[in-house]
Parts: sequence; C-alpha cells; structure tokens
Amino acid sequence: MTEPSLLTACRSMLGRDLVLAMRRRADVLTTLIFFLIVVSLFPLGVGPEIDTLREIAPGVIWVAALLASMLSLGRLFSDDYQDGTLEQILLLPHPLAVIVLNKVVAHWLVSGLPLVIFSPLLGMQLGLNAESIGILMVTLVLGTPVLSLIGSVGAALTVGLRGGGVLVSLLVLPLYIPVLIFGAGAVESAAAGLGVEAHLSLLGAFLAMAIVLAPWATATALRISLD
Amino acid sequence: MLEVRDLACVRGDHRLFRGLNFTLHEGELLHLRGSNGSGKTSLLRTICGLMAPAEGQVLWQGKNTRSIREEFFNNLIYLGHLGAIKGELSAFENLRLAGQLAGLPIDEDSMLKAITKMGLAGREDLPTKVLSAGQKRRVALARLLAHNAKLWILDEPFNALDVAAVDLLKNMIADHVRVDGMVILTTHQEVEIDTGKIRHINLDS
Repeated sequence: MTEPSLLTACRSMLGRDLVLAMRRRADVLTTLIFFLIVVSLFPLGVGPEIDTLREIAPGVIWVAALLASMLSLGRLFSDDYQDGTLEQILLLPHPLAVIVLNKVVAHWLVSGLPLVIFSPLLGMQLGLNAESIGILMVTLVLGTPVLSLIGSVGAALTVGLRGGGVLVSLLVLPLYIPVLIFGAGAVESAAAGLGVEAHLSLLGAFLAMAIVLAPWATATALRISLD
Repeated sequence: MLEVRDLACVRGDHRLFRGLNFTLHEGELLHLRGSNGSGKTSLLRTICGLMAPAEGQVLWQGKNTRSIREEFFNNLIYLGHLGAIKGELSAFENLRLAGQLAGLPIDEDSMLKAITKMGLAGREDLPTKVLSAGQKRRVALARLLAHNAKLWILDEPFNALDVAAVDLLKNMIADHVRVDGMVILTTHQEVEIDTGKIRHINLDS
C-alpha cells in the first residue's frame, strides 16, 4: 500500500469515531459528568474545610479522572465488535497498530480532553491556587492519553466477553498506578512550592512509551479476541 | 489464485474439519455447504485471516496470506453475518467510510450507482439504524459494488433479502465471476447462479 492511502485511512478512522461520538453525545457527556460529580462529592463528604480539601485535591481529581477514563473504555471497541465493524477493521490493508492508534486518539479527544478542560473548575472548587491548577492541567494532558492507551489494551483483551467492563478495571487499574502517583505527585509538589520537572518528565516518558508499545499490544490483543 | 492446503480448524476441544484442500482460480465460484456447526463460518474466517488455522495454510498467489496480510486484504472483501454497518451513519457515509478505510479512491458517482442498484435510492441519507434488516443487508452488499476487490467471501449473503434482492445478488455474483473474480459463499438454500464454473464443497463429508 502506498503511504497516502494509509494517511486517508487514518484520517477517516479518526473522523469516523469523532462523528460517531458527536451523534451519540450522551455517552461522551456521561464520562465528563461522572468526573465532575465524583470530585464534587468530596467537599460534601469530607467537610468544607478548605485546607483539608486543598491537601487532598490533586489525589481526588486524579483518581476521579482515572475512574472516568476507565468508565469510557468499554465503548472503545465494543460497539464496533457488536456490529461487525471490528472484523472489517482487522481486514484493512493497513498496519493494524496504526489504525488502532487513531482510534485511541479519537477516544481520548472525546473522553480525555474534556476532563483536562474542566479540571481548572474542579481545582478552584477544591481551593488549589492558579499555579497548581496550571500544573494539574499539564499532568492531565500528559497523563490521560496514557490512560487511554493502556486502557485500550485491556479493552481489546476483553472485547466480546460478558462482564468485560469489570474485568477491564481489574486488568487496567493496577497499570494506572504509576500515572496516578506521578500525576498527583506533581500537583502536590507544585502546591508545596517544590520543583515538578521530575514528575512531568516521567509522565512524558510514560506517554512516549505507551504511544510506541500500547497500539501494538492492542492490535495483537484484538486479533486474539476475534480469533 | 487462492489455495487452501491441509487446513484444519479447531473450536474449543472440537475438531470441525481437517485436511481440507482446494484451489480456487480466477473466474470460479465456490459454494460451501454443511449442516449447522459444520464449520462453514470458521472456514471463511480462517481463509480471511480472522482466525488462525490450527493446521495448514492459506495461500494467495502462492504466498502464505499470513505473511502478506496487507496485499491479501487489498484483494479481499469479507461479508460476515454482521453487516459492519454503523447505525448512526447513513448508507452513503457507511460506504464512503468503508472505501476510505480501505485506502481506495473515493468516487462518489460509483457509490451512488451502487446504492441505486441496491434499491436504496432516496434512503442514502437516512441513518441506517432506521432501515429494515433487509435494507441494512443491502447497504452491506453495496460495498461489493463500490469496491473492486478480486475475492469475495460471503457468509450467508442471502439472509434477510427479499426475492428481488436475491436475484440481484445472484446477478452480481455471476457478473463478478465472469470478469475473472473469485467468490466463496455459504448458503443453505440451493442457489442457481448463472455461471459456468461453480464448485461445491460439503463440510459434512
């Protein structure tokens, strides 16, 4: 295959998933609203003490982002599996990993990016200062794509299984831990006035590694799941 | 030329068939038969490469399809039980997407022609989820006309189609075989397709 046709395929895969998400807006909104509600529950449960809230804010927002991103994983392949489109994707004359990467990017744009955009609101709600909120957004920009990428492997392995959603969380949550530690850690350091470069570099490294390895693993997992 | 050598298929602990050999040349139609559960769909999926063969290999132009995946997929259209139609997209969008994903040049005229030929004119802009089962099937079949793949692999293509559409599909298959295409299909009904080279394989025997 020539390169331009691969580019066309990538573009249309990305475009298709975005169009489908726009025509099924309720799914996209659930993830975001879940994120907003979970974080908003904490002041009600923990109490309105602003110092306490500020202290737990990075962890709370990050855990909520993690759960929200996991909640949306089920949609990544299951719809395509049910209507047979996934079979056709496997039969495309292109490297499957590249196509998968485009699907994951589309998934992040509709489920990860909204979390990044609305995180300042939650940061303010929990009393974070402007600088910490900035760092929070940077960590989410670097971290949520990693969540989508790692999650895609789990989603691919469990596609077509009954009760796959629960299984995905068991498979994927342990792998999310490093991202959580360094994501929340960076915001905590920023709030304490310490340097955040080390945390951000590590998150960047996770992202680079996930972009290289996850699509390939997801492609293999899909072939196994559909066998 | 598609060649199947010593193919065996195992599902779970159950061996569906073994030692299957056949060669399909340009301009030939292969009609697979067998009772329910005899492995027709598994065979088709193995030929496509969706399933790994338990034994044996599938060769396309003399090369193992698993090592020339992209070249092989370029020549292949597989139509399974599921139509691979997105309910949120219209017939036209579904077709265009299938073409773009396969990396084919997008020719709107030939897509419209395919939709018209499948009797879906006037419905090409409706989301396919509002169409009937037979109409959805017609959208899926329109893919055969819009792409010019050499090898058609059709799993129960006559399901859910009305009499007119069955005739239409028979003609499409005959036309495709006549221009040196290859078709492998499964059906339970007797199909009389107006083409010289029709071969039968029965998986029960």
